[in-house]
Amino acid sequence: MTQRRALVVVAVLVVAAVVGALLYTALPRRYRATPGNTVSAAPSTAPAPPGRKIKARLFYVAQDGTHLTGVEREIAYGEGAVAQAREIVAAQVAPVAEPLVSAVPAGTSLRALFISDKGDAYVDFSHELVSSHPGGTTSELLTVYTIVDALAANLPAVRAVQILVDGKEVDTLAGHIDLRQPIEKNLEFIQ
Amino acid sequence: MFRFSATLLLFATLLSQTAPGPSLTLLSRDGRRAIPLTIANDQESIGLDDVASAFQLTVQESLGAITVSYKGRTIILTPDQTLASSSGRLISLPAPPTRVGRRWVVPVEFISRALALIYDTKLDLRKPSHLLIVGDLRVPRVTARYESLAASGRLTIDATPRADSTVTQDGQRLMIKFDADALDAASPLLPPQGAQSLVQSVTVANATTIAVELSPRFAGFKATAQPTDTSARQIIDILAQADTTTPQTPPSTTQTPTPQQPAVPELPPALGAPVSPIRTIAIDPGHGGEDEGVKGANGTKEKEVTLSVARRAKAAIEARLGIRVLLTRDDDKNVGLDDRTSLANNNKADLYISVHANASMRRSTIGADIMTVSFGKDEILSTAPGAAERVPTFGGGLRDIELVPWDLAQTRHIEQSTTFAGLLRDQLNTKIPLAEQPLQRAPLRVLESANMPAVLFELGYLTNADQEKLIASDAFQNTVVQALYDAIVRFRDALSAAGGTQ
Repeated sequence: MTQRRALVVVAVLVVAAVVGALLYTALPRRYRATPGNTVSAAPSTAPAPPGRKIKARLFYVAQDGTHLTGVEREIAYGEGAVAQAREIVAAQVAPVAEPLVSAVPAGTSLRALFISDKGDAYVDFSHELVSSHPGGTTSELLTVYTIVDALAANLPAVRAVQILVDGKEVDTLAGHIDLRQPIEKNLEFIQ
Repeated sequence: MFRFSATLLLFATLLSQTAPGPSLTLLSRDGRRAIPLTIANDQESIGLDDVASAFQLTVQESLGAITVSYKGRTIILTPDQTLASSSGRLISLPAPPTRVGRRWVVPVEFISRALALIYDTKLDLRKPSHLLIVGDLRVPRVTARYESLAASGRLTIDATPRADSTVTQDGQRLMIKFDADALDAASPLLPPQGAQSLVQSVTVANATTIAVELSPRFAGFKATAQPTDTSARQIIDILAQADTTTPQTPPSTTQTPTPQQPAVPELPPALGAPVSPIRTIAIDPGHGGEDEGVKGANGTKEKEVTLSVARRAKAAIEARLGIRVLLTRDDDKNVGLDDRTSLANNNKADLYISVHANASMRRSTIGADIMTVSFGKDEILSTAPGAAERVPTFGGGLRDIELVPWDLAQTRHIEQSTTFAGLLRDQLNTKIPLAEQPLQRAPLRVLESANMPAVLFELGYLTNADQEKLIASDAFQNTVVQALYDAIVRFRDALSAAGGTQ
């Protein structure tokens, strides 16, 4: 009898150990399965409710014409960093009314966007970004940093931005600023 | 030997005193004489009888040949033949001897190619000047060049063969007297100058002196002689009085009255030290060809103003500083950004200046900027010291060479680029509108590959109507060129003091 009681106790302990091990390994894996992204405030499992907004800082040409000024705007919420980046760029290139003046040429639209593992955002624009650009180093600088800073200042997941036009890499937009590699955020041009 | 008046007369007036029609002026210790020139066989020619008279020659015609004799030595000419014999040597003339009426005429080259071989005194024929110098007279060929800038001008006088000269002021004139027997110079030496020009005219005043007539704006001058083995150059910097429209500061009540003195700006040093740290400068006129750059509302194109400024700068710097200036383009064509810096790198330029005009989305924006390159953190890390490669050399052995990626060549020169940008800003300050923060840094594609100190100079904004008009004006462009010149002089001096470029 003593032996039967001892066997029962051992069996219960074994079952408890197996169940404990299962709980320890399987449950966390299930809860870690959500893809990580930097816009982590939103619950990741539920779909975004329609009309949901987040606040982002967009950039426009300052009164002096040589700097950018930040304007806080509500823009559509995007699921994950890439979707959110698309929403930010779409809002940034959208036409604006006076007194705001955009450094992005009118007619420019976003064609595609993705973010590398290193945090480099590749942003592909329509040809108007080049063909409608007025030229000049300062205006070209402001165009580039409008795009770069709109992404890098709002999304910690974005380290640098490479601008593409019509799906291809470009040397410059107007002959001055080097766009052959991703450009890091630079707040020197922001008032 | 011919004999004339013992007095050397004014060469310039000689030319005007000769008989109607062109003539060859003979100049010797004994004076001068004119021999009429005629055109035969499309060549400037002279009568053999005139030459014989001037040089005591004997001319005989026999057996179909013309024999010219001088002290037992002979020249044999054959009618209708360009080949001749002079003292036994075969010579060629541009045209054969030709009979005109009762006399023979020969091309003027007869003197230098045939007569000079048998004559006992040196004969120096200067055909373009219609001048024949007999004997060892010092008769330099004198030419003048003048460049006008905003508040100054530079007159360059060259004398070849070398003849030293002195410059003195005589009221509103400068007199340049040469250590010579006469001058070979057209008068006037300069084409007509505009009413605003500091130098009004340069003419031959007498046998050995040139007169420079100056405008009433003349304030002072500085002459610098630059002799070489073969010629002598006199560089005369001429300064204008300060602009009288500039508001004057009221004099202090305690100040002792002093005589009114015209403001004479500090002169940049005339030609550089024997070994200058700046020997070549590359100036890059932005855009070109189909790439027009910025276009102003009134049609001013960036590609045109940049080329205009670059050309003016080249002329001023080369003439006044003796520095070679390369333009990345000298006409309206599109040049790739890498080709522009390649030109500078391959020619080992010591300074690179890219000239542009700016644009803003806001039409009120004005002012010039001077920009230098900024690199990202990754790029700076990739150019850390130590990147070297050991390569074989001719004749055996190995040599370490420092490797810098083409696109990052500018990383090694940023400090000096910033120095030059600051000097240019200082020179432009108060002379043209500057941006509120005129010194900027940016990832400039056009400068990154420049392997020397480099700046991008934005003249101002063509998107502003007033600036567009200003930038297109001669006065603005000359002011900019003067500032570039002054900045380069100061940069050169700073490099000399520091021991050269990086």
